[in-house]
Amino acid sequence: MGINEEDQIKNIENFALQVRRHILEMAVSAGADSAHFGGALSITEIVSTLFAYQMKIDKKNPKWEERDRFILSKGHACLVYYAALCEVGYISNNELKTFEKNDTNLLGHPVINRNLGIDFSNGSLGMGLSLGIGVAISSKKKKKNFNVYVIVGDGECNEGSIWEGAMAAPNFKLDNLYVIIDKNNFQQTGSNKEIMNVGNLKDKWSSFGWHTTELDGHNIRDLCNFFKESNKITKPKAIIANTIKGKGFSFSENNNDWHHSILSKSIYEKALKELEKK
Amino acid sequence: MIIKDRDIKMWSTIGARATVGLAALELAKQIDNLMVLTCDVSTSAGLDRFKKTFPEKYLDLGIAEQNMIGVAAGLASENFNVITTTFAPFQTMRCCEQIKVNLGYMRQKICMVGIASGLALGTLGYTHCCIEDVGILRSIPGITIISPADSLETVKALEAAVNSDNPSYLRLTGSSNNPIVYSKDYEFKIGKSITLREGKDITIFSSGAMVYQSLEAAKILESKKISSKVINMHTIKPIDKLAIEEACETRLIVSIEEHNVIGGLGSAISEHKSTLKKSPKQLFLGIKDTYSKGGNYKFLKEKHRLTPEKIVEDIVLNIE
Repeated sequence: MGINEEDQIKNIENFALQVRRHILEMAVSAGADSAHFGGALSITEIVSTLFAYQMKIDKKNPKWEERDRFILSKGHACLVYYAALCEVGYISNNELKTFEKNDTNLLGHPVINRNLGIDFSNGSLGMGLSLGIGVAISSKKKKKNFNVYVIVGDGECNEGSIWEGAMAAPNFKLDNLYVIIDKNNFQQTGSNKEIMNVGNLKDKWSSFGWHTTELDGHNIRDLCNFFKESNKITKPKAIIANTIKGKGFSFSENNNDWHHSILSKSIYEKALKELEKK
Repeated sequence: MIIKDRDIKMWSTIGARATVGLAALELAKQIDNLMVLTCDVSTSAGLDRFKKTFPEKYLDLGIAEQNMIGVAAGLASENFNVITTTFAPFQTMRCCEQIKVNLGYMRQKICMVGIASGLALGTLGYTHCCIEDVGILRSIPGITIISPADSLETVKALEAAVNSDNPSYLRLTGSSNNPIVYSKDYEFKIGKSITLREGKDITIFSSGAMVYQSLEAAKILESKKISSKVINMHTIKPIDKLAIEEACETRLIVSIEEHNVIGGLGSAISEHKSTLKKSPKQLFLGIKDTYSKGGNYKFLKEKHRLTPEKIVEDIVLNIE
């Protein structure tokens, strides 16, 4: 990060602030259709660090061949994805307003649309890592130098297909593949411990042959420092990111009622005030 | 692809599933971005030579079909031309939702090859037979389904599917010593059925290994003064509607399939037939929605009345 390190952190923080603002706007416009609020907020710093700092992208061309690829395997967290694509410039502010409206490009789970920077359709849990492996193999076969970043949920790690992918990636020596596990400790109807205890995820991913790191998923400096050093690691990389579901707003932090919920106008205004104080 | 007469005989001897590996090998010589993915069944799918010749175009995902389809979709999204192959139940049902999302919803172009579909592996039980694949995949929008009549048609269908822009499923039936329906090269077009025998009384539609059985049945029917038109409906989706409309000029339509009678070729035909103003009765021959006791291929064809003699008995009973 060099001499502009502080500026860079500030830049990502601002990006994250804008992302949260967009999330609020989309969630309130969805109204009674509800929005997956908590799981988008838990990965806001991660997604912001990827799009504002780590990933190689061309702001003018979402289809740039050399771009790093991003896969939101926990597709229900699409609010943060659309918000980041808006900040990058691929999705307009007007288009964001169509979130979950009839005939929209921005449904409640991402639908492939490469003009908008959405590389894959996701939503059914447990599928994004396998896609990422295929894309990471492609990068090597085509002798390109792009990386692949996949975000999965901790609850998503209940799915067996995640572990099929976890077993395969080290076999193919995919040092260009990153999996970020959003460890917010909740899934749809309760805590991981109540529903399906995922145990020690760091040990599990390590034992499958991944380079595994555990960090604070809201600490932008830690995220940047990890990414800065990570290209020297010759294995696929799993980041266990400890996060807070609903992060950023007093009413939603660690409150699983906000997994998928209606953001009323009055709560929206309260949330906006909290954001302005930051 | 250039087809030599001696290849046709050899492919028939080794059967459709070993043939598909050899066909992939030939295609890989012409298509730079071809990739073949499999799940620990390289020998069964005739891929041993492919693996040695083109290791860079070959991936074995181990016994993990869901991951195979996802990886295939990742490769396809980066413009690789991908063939996946494993035994039919695992190629279609174990990873069914991955097929829906990646090939159907996202339209990633992958050619899936289900080997040993139907009843060929009957001694191994119904875990390894596959009488459901067509019904299940037919309900996913946008997937072409082809069931080749013999080993040569397997080669033709693979070439057509790989060169097509659509995601597809090739359903391979029969065993080694696969009877020859086509002894010479011919024109194969996805979605266009082939009339193998003309007839005026009844029309028999079949696909896969049942095509040869239908031709044999037609010979017996002729001796009973029943003139049968036999159509190789190699593409089950999209179905050849014109051929169905023309068949309505005969007195009986017969569908013969090595598949459950629910959801397969017969269902596809009847779905179009029932929209027509005037159409004859349809006789559905196939597996009657049951898992029978197992046994070898010959035994199971007898049991499910899919031999020429049993087919003739059922047709004679139903012709008006």
